[in-house]
Amino acid sequence: MNCTKALRQLAVVALIGSGALASCSAPSRPASKTYVVTMANMDFSAKTLSAHVGDTIQWVNKDMFRHSATAKDGSFDIDIDVGQSGSTKLTKPGNVQVTCKYHPTMTQQILVNP
Amino acid sequence: MTMKKTLLTAAACGLFAVVGATAVWAAAGPTDPQIAHIAHTAGVIDIKTGELALKKSHNKDVRAFAEEMVRDHKAVDKQALDLVAKLKVTPEDNATSQALNKGAAAEYAKLEKLSGKAFDHEYAANEVAYHKTVNGALENTLIPSAHNPQLKSLLETGLKLFRSHQEHAEHLVHELH
Repeated sequence: MNCTKALRQLAVVALIGSGALASCSAPSRPASKTYVVTMANMDFSAKTLSAHVGDTIQWVNKDMFRHSATAKDGSFDIDIDVGQSGSTKLTKPGNVQVTCKYHPTMTQQILVNP
Repeated sequence: MTMKKTLLTAAACGLFAVVGATAVWAAAGPTDPQIAHIAHTAGVIDIKTGELALKKSHNKDVRAFAEEMVRDHKAVDKQALDLVAKLKVTPEDNATSQALNKGAAAEYAKLEKLSGKAFDHEYAANEVAYHKTVNGALENTLIPSAHNPQLKSLLETGLKLFRSHQEHAEHLVHELH
């Protein structure tokens, strides 16, 4: 084996190695999901929910009253009429407290992971 | 005594008759037709008071609350009337419904004479007292006495709704002071 050939083989091994490392250190990001939350009997079907930035939350109002999905931090405020639905895409990580502005006893907590 | 205290006491006094009337049921409890009548009466009273607030108040928070009361109570009342029609139950007038109407008529007459901030304060304070009383009656008398499971379920949803209204009304009272 001459010197050039040996260097080429080393380079190939190094490339394969770095590829393997790259695939280990940067796992593929999970695909965005849509979480469906029902509003019924004056409550959210999921009291707590863990999601990621890029995911969507969809609220479906199955109650006989108008509701809203209102973030206490002001990031969204969606009115949802009887039989209708509304949604929002999560854009930043954090712990979002959600309430119905018409019925303050209805509360939900969404943990948004990066 | 502060103005807030005076208003709350006055509103509560108007409802003592209702508390007394529901206490009458302690032994046997009201029948389903009587419960249906009480639920309908309680809803109609709050719709009427809410409509008066929408006529008289210029405060945006008071108006938003009144709109909510009219909208929600109309929705519950429709469900209740649909249910009694389905069950072929005829709502039956009774002492509690009459006490509710009597107290409400006195409060309505009082509210009609008020305007501006005085109206807003009285309306909000009365809504707290009214929901508190109705919630007590629902929790302690009407729900335990209801025999039909659909009626019981509707009353339970009603109680969750009215508790939420009570909390909203308490928040409104706080905001107005």
